[in-house]
Amino acid sequence: MSADDILLSVQDLRVSFRLDKQTVVEALKGVSFDIPRNSTVALVGESGSGKSVSSLAILGLLPKENAIVDPASHILYEGRDLLRMPQAELRRLRGRDFAMIFQEPMSSLNPVFTVGDQIAEVLRLHKGMSGKQAKARTVELLEEVGIPEPARRYGAYPFQLSGGQQQRVMIAMAIACEPKLLIADEPTTALDVTIQKQIIDLVGALQKRHGLSVLWITHDLAVVGEIADHVIVMRHGVIRETGTAADVFSKPQDSYTRALIQCRPPLDRRPRRLPVIDDYMNGVARPAPSEDTQRGIVAGDETVLEVRGLCKNFVSHEGFFGKRVLRAVNNVSFVLPRGKTVGLVGESGSGKSTVGLTIMRLHQADGGEVLFRGKNLLALSPQAQMEYKRHIQIIFQNPYASLNPRFVVGDILTEPMKLHGIGASDAEREKMAAALLDRVSLPAVSMRKYPHEFSGGQRQRIAIARALTLKPEVLICDESVSALDVSVQAQVLNLLQDLQDEFRMSYLFISHDLAVVKYLSDQVVVMNAGEIVEAAGPDEIYRNPQQAYTQRLLASIPRGLAGPA
Amino acid sequence: MSAPGKSAGLWLLAWRRLLADRVAVISMVVVTLFLLLMLASALNLVAANWGEEVAVGYAPPTFVGAAKRATAAAKHIDNEPDAYPGTVTDPLAAEIAELRARIEGGAISTVPESDLDLGDVKVVDPLAKEMAEILGSTKAVEVKHELADTLPFGADKWGRDVIKKTIKGSETSIFVGLTAALLATVIGTLLGAFAGYYGGRVDDFFNWFYNVFTAIPYMLLILAIAAVLNQRGVSAVVLILGLTGWTGIYRLVRAEYMKHKSREYVQAADAIGASNARRMFVHIFPNISHVSLVQLSVNAVGFIKSEVILSFLGFGVPVDKVSWGSMLNEAQNELILGYWWQLAAATLAMALLVTAFSMFTDALRDALDPKIK
Repeated sequence: MSADDILLSVQDLRVSFRLDKQTVVEALKGVSFDIPRNSTVALVGESGSGKSVSSLAILGLLPKENAIVDPASHILYEGRDLLRMPQAELRRLRGRDFAMIFQEPMSSLNPVFTVGDQIAEVLRLHKGMSGKQAKARTVELLEEVGIPEPARRYGAYPFQLSGGQQQRVMIAMAIACEPKLLIADEPTTALDVTIQKQIIDLVGALQKRHGLSVLWITHDLAVVGEIADHVIVMRHGVIRETGTAADVFSKPQDSYTRALIQCRPPLDRRPRRLPVIDDYMNGVARPAPSEDTQRGIVAGDETVLEVRGLCKNFVSHEGFFGKRVLRAVNNVSFVLPRGKTVGLVGESGSGKSTVGLTIMRLHQADGGEVLFRGKNLLALSPQAQMEYKRHIQIIFQNPYASLNPRFVVGDILTEPMKLHGIGASDAEREKMAAALLDRVSLPAVSMRKYPHEFSGGQRQRIAIARALTLKPEVLICDESVSALDVSVQAQVLNLLQDLQDEFRMSYLFISHDLAVVKYLSDQVVVMNAGEIVEAAGPDEIYRNPQQAYTQRLLASIPRGLAGPA
Repeated sequence: MSAPGKSAGLWLLAWRRLLADRVAVISMVVVTLFLLLMLASALNLVAANWGEEVAVGYAPPTFVGAAKRATAAAKHIDNEPDAYPGTVTDPLAAEIAELRARIEGGAISTVPESDLDLGDVKVVDPLAKEMAEILGSTKAVEVKHELADTLPFGADKWGRDVIKKTIKGSETSIFVGLTAALLATVIGTLLGAFAGYYGGRVDDFFNWFYNVFTAIPYMLLILAIAAVLNQRGVSAVVLILGLTGWTGIYRLVRAEYMKHKSREYVQAADAIGASNARRMFVHIFPNISHVSLVQLSVNAVGFIKSEVILSFLGFGVPVDKVSWGSMLNEAQNELILGYWWQLAAATLAMALLVTAFSMFTDALRDALDPKIK
């Protein structure tokens, strides 16, 4: 690669953050990479890898109060060092040559201005266009990013657009000034798979058409395979591996890269245990692939939970007398056998989480029955229901929100036992709690710690331990691994599998992640707009989807290099 | 730092952040000093003898003493010639003597148009008995020491030390401020918790109550409650302020409960079978208590000022109690005469405490919620 081909070059970038007077945390420990012209570079890493810090450093957006950039670091762009450029010049550059799209389109757009005005403002500021010119160009841009009826959508406010459309608007704004470098920071993480697919395709098309360079930042290697020319894998502020996408995927050199590729549940096989990062980092060159699990529900399975015709409506008031009824869950029925897993998949708004919450009676159902060993839970009085709460437990999506921040872990674990009269004394309950902590691989000292002292994966283990204190027969996992890093996800999935084998629990596994659902489920139920679209065994549904919706869903799974490309 | 084994909770972390904040530490020291002073005064360790008349009336502060002394002395001689210096004279003595003399000299005929024999009529001093008593009692309490001409920060009308009076006044002001704020916070937090947690009809009812309450002008409400209570005293002031001051807290706590009741940790508590009361007060309350705490502190500042205003208007503490408000009330007449020190002392004490308390409140909020700064 000659020097002319390189658009931007990051050389030995070292960034630390001062947390308080004593503590300084090194975020980047000497990172060097080049972004060639007219290509897509993917920066891959889990949380804390320093991938976002790198992009902020390029844009000169590091927080001035506490970020320390090493004097030996350079970021060269057109022969000039961005780290030593005056602020005003850098700001001009940011508008003209660099653009950025973020993870959350809703919070990146100003809610009180129309999307058209927000794009036109960029054009007027940086391109010096008149109001009329800017408007005309904005409509063109909206059309280019695939917004239907662009002239009419010019006057739409962000909340009137769907998440995917909002992200398209952000992209339109980013390419408005024809930048040379587009930085995309996890632009699809908050979106559904089908939308994710569209956005990836859109950015790919725009990159080719405009000859842009794209720096795509993501935690998901699978996404990268479809779009990137070059891949940079980062961990803990250090680059582990760089190479062309084909090389990184087919013959990864670094153990961490191999682990990242392997620890995602594969679509074609179903190993009993997923490899985790530690397997690779601790020198085990390539762990022997464990044998596959057999999945599926057979006729003789004992039924633990049966849901019949479950309905849940949300009523919103419109106007003075008006009412709008949203059928969040409409006539949903399925059977959960003992020791098996039913996977509930669907996009956001499909009502899959509402099903879980309604079974738990955290929402009041509007119709139908939930039979637990033949007893209709929905008809029980609150007092009578108390006894059944033991048998059905739930693990939520966000481990940062589902643990009370003012309780120590010991209190979190002993509270359910106390409420249900499990264990004779506090001492006995604490002993049981400690045993459970050990079961989810957390040290006993955790009992006296607060949730904020744990990482996301550890917190999810605490949430699992809390559910286990009641020895439930049914465990509802509401997107329980979605908020976790890929490597941590594998650990938690392994734990869930082990616990199921040990206690013969039944899982209702709710997720938008088709690969995870296929890996874990004996039966897959696909939901769309509150209704069940299709229900079948996991292999069946992936090999031979019957419904158009299921087919579309399956086609959007990012497959890295193994996919259709 | 922390107890062995148990790691730093959010409160401890907040406390450490508070200690790292210089303004917070200074304001905490000032507030603590005020509290200690108030406590010492309540236990009669300081300013126990504040009621003693230790100086001449309106004795000026020492640092302005020399210049002011002559005028002050001159003024009080002009205005109240017989009030001092510590001897009691019968104010009617001269008139009685004159009357006697004139009657005896025949200058006045006592009952001119009657034929009655006035030979045995004598002029009797009508107040003689009282006068004798007064004279007797002054002798009994004989002023033991010389009254000072100046005091470090001056004296009030009766010659009481303004510094001691201010310290004694802090007792009432701070006590009223803190207890009324506590009362208002408890009422506001409880109502807010119920309204926000249950929502629907319960929320509607409490909101209706809240709206009725806030629709009445504040001052009128205070007058109305004062009239209903029909008693004056520190407890009445506390009740008035507490019963009218809960509205702001109610709104904030209600909003917090509405936000928290649908959080996953509360749903998780529901899932494990925690009762409504348990979810409200064991799970949610510790997570929103910083709001109540900051409001408690904000209200304490407000109520210290309110007590002063109430006392200034004459609805506050009774006359036999001293508070900063009653001092300001007295000062309103004195200021015209140029006796500014009582006003200055009460204002300075209040301003210092209120400012320190406000800065402490700000620092407390920052420490408890480090995200907002």
